[in-house]
This record gives sequence, C-alpha cells and structure tokens, in this order.
Amino acid sequence: MNVVGIDCGAKFVKALVLEGDKVKAKSSVLSGFDQKAAAEEALDKALKAAGLKKEDIAHITATGAGKEEATFARSTITEVGADAKAVNFLFPSVRTVIDVGAEEGRAIKINEAGKVVDFAINEKCAAGAGTFTETMARALEVRLEEMGPMSLKSQKSVPMNAQCAVFAESEVISLIHAKHAKKDIVRAVHDAIADRIASMTRKIGIEKDVALVGGVARNVGFVDSLKRDLKQELIIPEDPEYSCALGTAFAAQEKAKRG
Amino acid sequence: MEKEYWRWPESRWSSSDLDWKDGDIISAGVDVGSVSSQAVVLVDGELFCYSNYRTGSDSPESAQKVMDKALEGTGLTLDKIHYTVGTGYGRVNVPFAKRAITEIACHARGANFMYGPTVRTILDMGGQDCKAIHCDDKGKVTNFLINDKCAAGTGRGMEVFADLLSVPIEDMGRLSFEVDEEPEAVSSTCVIFAKSEAVGLLRKGWPKEKVLAAYSSAMAHRVVELLERIKVEKDFAVTGGIAKNEGVVKRIETELKIKALEPKHDTQIAGALGAALFAKALVEKEKGLR
Repeated sequence: MNVVGIDCGAKFVKALVLEGDKVKAKSSVLSGFDQKAAAEEALDKALKAAGLKKEDIAHITATGAGKEEATFARSTITEVGADAKAVNFLFPSVRTVIDVGAEEGRAIKINEAGKVVDFAINEKCAAGAGTFTETMARALEVRLEEMGPMSLKSQKSVPMNAQCAVFAESEVISLIHAKHAKKDIVRAVHDAIADRIASMTRKIGIEKDVALVGGVARNVGFVDSLKRDLKQELIIPEDPEYSCALGTAFAAQEKAKRG
Repeated sequence: MEKEYWRWPESRWSSSDLDWKDGDIISAGVDVGSVSSQAVVLVDGELFCYSNYRTGSDSPESAQKVMDKALEGTGLTLDKIHYTVGTGYGRVNVPFAKRAITEIACHARGANFMYGPTVRTILDMGGQDCKAIHCDDKGKVTNFLINDKCAAGTGRGMEVFADLLSVPIEDMGRLSFEVDEEPEAVSSTCVIFAKSEAVGLLRKGWPKEKVLAAYSSAMAHRVVELLERIKVEKDFAVTGGIAKNEGVVKRIETELKIKALEPKHDTQIAGALGAALFAKALVEKEKGLR
C-alpha cells in the first residue's frame, strides 16, 4: 500500500511516498507565492519519481502551516504529531524532538510509544526560526549555505545584544564596521538563534536522547551552537527536512488501514 | 543613489518673541535616542528653541550637533546655558550635560508640559522601542511598561515598510487610508514575518495603500496590547515619531475607543523637553529657590 505525506512549510513543500517502512520517493518544491500550485507540483514530482499515479495512492495526509493548500489531501495532522511519529520510528530512544523550520521552531517531548507528552512552539518571532539566519546572511553578504561552515572556523563569539531580527540586522552591520571577523559574527548569529531554541526546549524539560529535525538542522554552524548551549549530543536524521513529511505519511498509513 | 524612503524630515524651531537675554534661568535638555536626537532650550521654563535630528553612530557628536542646530541663529551659546540634562539611550554620552535622567521620567514630565496636567497615559512610540507610561498631574511617573526587545510597534518597523513599499515615511499615514475597506492586519508580532506576508500580498496584486493599511493596523494592535496591560486612563497622549503617523494613531484610537490629545509641538521633543524642565528645577535647587 502506497501513501503520501505532504508538508506545506513556510519555505518549501515536501512530499514523501511511503510503502510500509520504505520511503519510495520524496520531493521538495519552493512554496513561493502560490503554495497550492507548489503542493501539486511536489506531489506530481514525488509520484513521478516513485513511478506511481494518483490512483495508486491509498491516502494522502497533509501538515504544515499551509496544509489547507494541499486540497488533494484527505486528512491533516499537526506538525507536532508528525514529528513525534517520524522520530519515534527513526530513533526509538529519543524523548525530546527539536524541529527548526524557516518560520517556526518546536520542541516536543515524547514517550517510548511516540506519543506527545508536552510541546512548545514559536511561530510569532523570527528570532527563533531559520529566517533569522537568512536575514543575517543577507546583512553579512554571505551565502546561506556558507554560514554553517564559516561558523565552524570561528573560535570565539562576539556578544550580540539584539534579540529581534530587525535590530540584530543593524547590530551585525555595526559589528562589521567595528572590524570583527565575519566568521566570528556568523558564530554569534548561530549562538543567538540556538539560545532561543534551547530556552524554548528547556521550558518543556530535556530528556535524553535528543533529536534535531527540520531544514535548519542542515546548518552545521547552528548544530554546533545548539550542542554547546544544551551541552548535549544531538541525533540528526539523514534528511532532516523530510521528518515532518515522513511522520505525516505514517499518519496517512494509519488512516488508510482504518479505512 | 537609491532613494532613502525611511528618511524622515529633520527640523528646528525657535521662538520669535522670547529673548534669552531677559531670562533668569536658561535650561536645556538633550535626548539622544537610538534613531533620533532632540535638544530643547527653555528660558525661565518657556520654550525658546528646539531641534530634531537623526542620531549618528557617535553619541557625543550627535548630542553636540543637535544642540548646535537648536541654537543656530538665536544668538544664544552653549556657555550661557545654566544647566543641561541628558536623557535617552545615549544619555550618559552628552558631554555638556551635568546630569542624566531616564527617558521614562523625562517623557512624562515633557508630556505634562506639552499636553497639560490632565494627561495620565502617555504612549511614546520611538525609533527602537515603545513605552506606555502612567503619570500624575505633576508629570511624575506612577507606572510604565516598555518593549525594547522587538521591532514590531516601533519606528524601525515602519522604516522597513517605507523601504519595502517605496513610500516616503511622512506620507505613510495619509496613504494608509486610501483603501475601500480596512484589510485584515498582517503579523503584529514580528516585522520580518509581516514583511514576508506583505511581499506575498503585493505579488497577489494588492496596491501598496492596502498593504500599508494592513501593516498600520498590525502596529496599532501591537501597541494597544501594551497599553491594555498597563490600562489606559484618560487623558491619553501619543509622543515620539510615530505620533506623526495618523494612520497608526487613528487606528490606535479606534481600537481603544479613546481619542488622543492634539499635539501642540513636535511630538518627538517630549523627552528632551522633560529633561530641560528637570534642568530648570535643578538650577532652582542650586540657587536655593526650591
């Protein structure tokens, strides 16, 4: 039985085709300004890669901030629920899941069955989401993909006072003018966002093991900062940005089995 | 060069009928804010001159410049001023000030002078922060709340939108009313999110006036939240740069169902004016008059 999980995030729509425990195909499309079209494109791409047609799919479930845009989906699930399912399948020992996306950050506490025990979300402020790093990359004139590796070259953090991304942008520019090395400023940027994510996670209590998912988990600089802040190793899946879509596909499977 | 839409008009003013030579006490206040700086000079407690300029990267230099601008053409020089009080975020960096007093205290004192003793609640919408202040009939602070952590609800947020929409900042208020009906507000909690929402709406074909209306009401929501936490007591006054933006002020009034008092002077001078009034009181104390 084939099912699809589709995650309509603020920046990318991710679709994933699942058969049993096996991921058959996945695709990612920029959300852009017409997320409905992006969702359809993501679905088409994933189906094509799996060599399947829409009729072959038993159930489609959607998640993400724009889940209503995936009009072809038959059910929806929260991102928190999807993250819990995916991480529990990938790493059964994990009790704390941290998911950092473009415009949202989440910390989720789960039990051994993968049930959500508690969670905290930031969706109100860019300072605790991927957009923060992106905004700072623009101010620093560094490509987003370079931010992580550049950060790892730094040995010291420059203190940053601003929390707000708008204020931090001005502060970053002042730091450049004050002749601080770019790599040190980049590390400070990652320390700043890691600090916000860590304090959100501490609110629900940290229990081992800890997993990090979401697109921002690709940023090695952020990962390093978060590890230092939490004094904790982090388990990161191979494709961290697809975790939510994977969990959503598991939800689709359950729905299909129930009929 | 690219046009700088965020750049607001700087200004200066001096009294045409007051002569500083007739005054017993000449006092001054300098408010070095994160975005703008003001200098106010009082002759025996009456407004003699003031100026309002953008703060540069160097606070002492900005303080000196704004004072020079205030005094320009008046014949009065710095050495004739008996006492200067510094206030604002750069208050300890006013080289010619004898004392520094917090901007909360100065604002309340200045608003009391500007709007009269009936003012109980002051909303100061500054460049990088927003304050809600309660005061008594003497302009003494009884309670306050401040947001200085987040750009939403501050002048900086409005500047971001001026640039995004290519609208000069002083036209934003007027343009925000040029809509057929009031649109739903964009994010009131984060300027970055509001900006990305606005970009989406522009691509959808929204005219900039409508986007501006959506942002102005987001900004109003944000500060009304702050005001509701402290509770608004009449009379109510708005100071700071955003007080000049009727698009935001009118939407705040609508949400609160309270009208703000009409300003008589440049709304940005409240802090410096309060500082100058404190300076006058300090001279009187030194002279044993109080």
